Amino acid sequence: MRDVAVVGFAQRQMKEMDGSPTCVELLVPIFAELFEQTGWTKSDIDFWCSGSSDYLAGRSFSFVSAVDAIGALPPVMESHVEMDAAWALYEAWVKIQTGEVDTALVYGFGKASAGLLRKTMSLQLDPYTVQPLWADAVSLAGLQAREGLDRGVWDEKAMAEVVARSMTDAAGNEWAIRRGTISLDDVLAQPMYADPLRRWDCAPVSDGAAAIVIAAGDKAREARANPAWITGFEHRIEPIALNARDLTVSTSTAASGRAAGVEGVDLAELHAPFSHQELILRDALGLGGDVSINPSGGALTANPLFTAGLNRIGEAASRVWDGTSGKALAHATSGPALQHNLVCTMEGR
Amino acid sequence: MKVEFDYTRSLGPVLSRFMSALAQQQVLGGRLADGTVVVPPPEYDPVTHEAVTDLVPVSWAGVVQSWTWVPEPFAGQPLDRPFAFAHVLLDGADAPLLHAVAVESPADISTGMRVQVRWADELTGSIRDIACFEPAGDAPASVSVSVESGEPEVTGIVSPVHLEYVYAASPEESKFFRGLADGKLFGQRCPVCQKVYVPPRGACPVDGVPTTDEVELPDRGTVTTFCIVNVPFQGQKIEPPYVSAYVLLDGADIAFLHLILDVDAADVRMGMRVEAVWKPREEWTTDLNNIRYFRPTGEPDADYETYKQHL
Amino acid sequence: MAKIPAAVIGVGQTKYQAQRKDVSIAGLLREAVDRALADAQLTFADIDAVVVGKAPDLFEGVMMPELYLADALGAAGKPLLRVHTAGSVGGSTAIVAASLVQAGVHQRVLTVAFEKQSESNAMWALSVPVPFIMPVHAGAGGYFAPHVRSYIRRSGAPTHVGAIVAAKDRQNALKNPYAHLQNEGTTVESVLASTMLWDPIRYDETCPSSDGACALVIASEDAVAASDIANPAWIHGTQMRSEPTTAAERDQVNPHAGREAAAALWKQAGITNPYDEVDCAEIYVPFSWFEPMWLENLGFAAEGEGWKLTESGVTALGGDLPVNMSGGVLSSNPIGASGMIRFAEASLQVMGEAGEHQVDGARKALGHAYGGGSQFFAMWLVGAEKPSS
Repeated sequence: MRDVAVVGFAQRQMKEMDGSPTCVELLVPIFAELFEQTGWTKSDIDFWCSGSSDYLAGRSFSFVSAVDAIGALPPVMESHVEMDAAWALYEAWVKIQTGEVDTALVYGFGKASAGLLRKTMSLQLDPYTVQPLWADAVSLAGLQAREGLDRGVWDEKAMAEVVARSMTDAAGNEWAIRRGTISLDDVLAQPMYADPLRRWDCAPVSDGAAAIVIAAGDKAREARANPAWITGFEHRIEPIALNARDLTVSTSTAASGRAAGVEGVDLAELHAPFSHQELILRDALGLGGDVSINPSGGALTANPLFTAGLNRIGEAASRVWDGTSGKALAHATSGPALQHNLVCTMEGR
Repeated sequence: MKVEFDYTRSLGPVLSRFMSALAQQQVLGGRLADGTVVVPPPEYDPVTHEAVTDLVPVSWAGVVQSWTWVPEPFAGQPLDRPFAFAHVLLDGADAPLLHAVAVESPADISTGMRVQVRWADELTGSIRDIACFEPAGDAPASVSVSVESGEPEVTGIVSPVHLEYVYAASPEESKFFRGLADGKLFGQRCPVCQKVYVPPRGACPVDGVPTTDEVELPDRGTVTTFCIVNVPFQGQKIEPPYVSAYVLLDGADIAFLHLILDVDAADVRMGMRVEAVWKPREEWTTDLNNIRYFRPTGEPDADYETYKQHL
Repeated sequence: MAKIPAAVIGVGQTKYQAQRKDVSIAGLLREAVDRALADAQLTFADIDAVVVGKAPDLFEGVMMPELYLADALGAAGKPLLRVHTAGSVGGSTAIVAASLVQAGVHQRVLTVAFEKQSESNAMWALSVPVPFIMPVHAGAGGYFAPHVRSYIRRSGAPTHVGAIVAAKDRQNALKNPYAHLQNEGTTVESVLASTMLWDPIRYDETCPSSDGACALVIASEDAVAASDIANPAWIHGTQMRSEPTTAAERDQVNPHAGREAAAALWKQAGITNPYDEVDCAEIYVPFSWFEPMWLENLGFAAEGEGWKLTESGVTALGGDLPVNMSGGVLSSNPIGASGMIRFAEASLQVMGEAGEHQVDGARKALGHAYGGGSQFFAMWLVGAEKPSS
C-alpha cells in the first residue's frame, strides 16, 4: 500500500444555512481555505470526490451544481457517492492506491434544514414493510437506546455523561451548534423528549459542508510539515433490518476496527448522532478510559449529514497535525441505528 | 417546494404472500435456514442467501420487546397523536416486528407488555393493514392462524411520498430574482474570466469564485438553439407544443432556457432575434415567470459566427 | 506500487422491460447478481466487497437503497459502496469496483447497477419544478434536443443520420435476448415516419424507459489465475472526467470532458489509433444522434465527420467499427444500469460470449457512459489479452 496522509481540512457547520441546497456558497470558501493550507491550486488536485444526498436537497442530481465550486473547466477527474463524504474519502484513498493519482480533494455537503429531517431519513428504510410506517430516525435510535437500558448494557447516567462531556468539549469548537459547560445533573434534569431520549441525546439538525485533502508520499510532505498518515481505512455494513441485529453492539464497527488496527490509538472522533451510540462504538472498538473521545464535541454538538463522518476524520487529523495525538482514530456511520460503519486510523511520524 | 409522488411497488413472491395474508388479517413469518421465524419475512436468507420460501403463520398478538415514544408525530405516521413505536415479538416468531402501539402516554407502555393488532378498517394488503398495536390482556389472544392457499392476490403496493422543502436561492441568485421584481435583468461578471453570467452564480463554473460586478442586461437577445416540445408529461406547466429555446441576452456570455411564442414553432430558427414579453407589472414577483415568453423582434437573424461558441 | 491487473470474470443481466411487476427491487438485482456469480463460478462467500450504482434516488423513492439492499446482496459484514454520478453512474460504478481490485484492496468485487423505473416516472423525477425557474424543461429529451440541433448545424449532417442509428440499434436488439425493445421491421423509413417528440428528435430515436439490473464480478490477476475462467475481459484502462453543466461558451456538442477522458484512455491502454485498434464499442446513445456526436468526441472520427461513419455503415454489426451491437441504450434503458450494461457488453465481446451479436474476433472493446448535461463521462477499454504494463 502507498503511504497516504490527510494534509488539509476545512469545515462549516451551522444550524440553518441561509443559502441554496447546492451549498456552493460554503464550498467556495472551504476550497480556498484548503488551497491556503496546502499551498496548492486546483491544478494540483488529481482527483475529486464528493458525498451528498438528493433526498436531503429534495431534488435529483443535487450534487451536480457543487461541481461549479471546483471551477471544473478544464475538466476534472471526479466521482460522487450518495453517502457520507467519509466514504468519498475512502474512494479517493483507493484511487490513490491504484497509483493513477497522487492527490485528492474530497468534499461533502448537505442542507438538512431544508426538509423535515427525521421524516426524510425514514425513506432509507425497507420500502415495503417499514418505510410505509414512516418510522423516523429518532424513533429507531430510541428503540436501540431502550434495548440497552432494559438489558443493562448502559444506563441513563452513562448516556448523560456522554452528553455533558460532548457539550463541554464543544465549548472550544467554533463550529459547534450546541455547546456550553454542562454537568451530569444538568443533563439529567432535562425532560424526556422521545422517551428514553432527551433532546440533548440526539444530534441537532445541522447544515454544513466540509472538505479534506489527501496526498501520497512526498506530495503529502510538500503540503504539510506533519501529515496525518493513514494507517488503516476500513468499512463494513450490516443488514438494515433492526430485528436482524443485536442493536446493543456494532459488529461492523468492531470488524472495521480490527481490520484497521486500533492498537496505540490515543484519541478517537466517533460519529455518534445519539449519546448511547457513542457507548456502543467505544465498546466495539475497545477504546479504554485513557483514550480521548470526541475532543471536538462530536456529532452530538453538530451533525451535518453527509459531512459529519468526514468531519470526524478531519478533526482527528487536526489533532495529529498539532501533536495532540500520536495515533488517532476516526469513525463515520450511515444508515439507521449504526448500520454502516467506517474506521480510519492516522498517525504522525 | 413539494416533492410528491405515489410510488407503485411490485412485491415479488415473498412479500406478495405476506401482504396478501395481511389483507386477510393474518400475519406470516419467514422460516430461515436456521429454523427461526422472522416477521416480516426477509426475501433472502441472511446466511444462505437463498430465497425464503417457507412462510408460516404467526399470532397477531405478542410482547413488546423494546419501545420508544413519538412525542410529535408527523403526517403519514400510523397515529396522529403521540404514540409509541415498538418492537413486538409476535407469538410464534423469533424476531420482532416494528410497528406503532397506541397508548396515551409513555407511562402506559413497558417492555414485556402484551399487545395485539388493531386491524385497519380497510384491508388493502400492506403493512398499514395493521393500523397499530394496542394493549391486550395478559391472556394470549385467541387468534386465527389459518392461511388460505392459492395464488396471492396482492402483487403491489402504493407508497405515497410527500415531502416539503424550503427552497432558498444563493445570495448571487437572490440579487437576480429581486431585480426581476423590478423588471430588470441583472447579470454578474466573473472577476477572473470576465464572463457575464445570467443568472449570477455562487461560483463561476470555470474559476470557482462567486460572480461579482453587476451588469444590467437588456431583455432582448438571440436564440442560440432550441427544440420543439411535443410531448406531454406529468407535472408539466406549459401546454405542448411549445418551443424551449436557449436565449443569449445581448451582453451576456451564457444563454438560458425560456419559451418562444407569438410565432409558429416551425418558423423558429437558430440565430432568431427575440425580446421579452413581460407579465403586467402588478403581477411581477421574484420569478423568471415575470417574463411570460420571448417573441421575435423582426430584426434580421444574428450571424452564426456571433453565437456559434455558445452551442 | 504498480497497479494490479484486473479482469471481468462474470457478467449477469436481467431481461430489460418496461415493467418488472413480478419482482421487488431486491429481486430484480438478485436476478443479475445470481447470474454474474454463476458466470464467474463463485458464490457470495467468495466476494470481498460490493459496489452499487444507480441514478437519482427519487426514481424509486428510496433514499440510499443500497442500505436496504445490503442483506439481499450478501454484503452484510462486508464493505459496500454506493456510487451516483448521474447517467454515467453504471460506468463509474464499474470503475470504482475495478479500482478496489487494481489498488490491491480486494481480490473479488461484485458490482451491480440498476433502475426500476416502473416504480415512478422518470420525467417527473427529473423535472421536479424548482421555484423561480422557468418550467420549460421536459425531461432528458427536452434537455438534449437543442444540442442535437446544434450538432446538425455544426456538422452539416443530413437529417436522416439519426434514423440510421435508430434502425441499426433496433435491428441489433433483435439479436440480444435481454434487450427491451424487440421491434422487428424497424427501418430508416419507419423511424423517419415516427412522431416528432422533441423536434429534432423523433419517437423512434429515443430510448425506452426500462426496469433492469446488470452485475459484474471483477477479479485480480491472482484471483483469475485461481479460477477456471479461461476468457476473462482484462481491463486495459478506465477514465472518468467531469465538467460543469453550464458555463460560458462550454461546448455542449463535443464536450471537453469526454474528449479528455477518451484521450487519456487511449494513452493508458497504449492505443495510438482508436479507429484501427478498437474492434467494437458500446457507447451511451440515449438519443440516436449521440452516436455520431460521441464518435467524434471519442476520437474515432474527426470533428464534424462522425455522421459519415454512421451513414456509410461502418458502425453496423459487420462494419469496420460496430457500435452498440447489443442494441444499446436506444433499445434498453434502465438508467442507472445503462452505463454498466455498456461496460458489460464490451466485456462479453472480448470474452467471446456475446452470442448472436458477437463481433467476430473482437479483442479490444470500448464501454462508454455519460450523464448529466453531457458533463460526466466514464469509460473503459477491455481486452482479451492481459495488459502488458
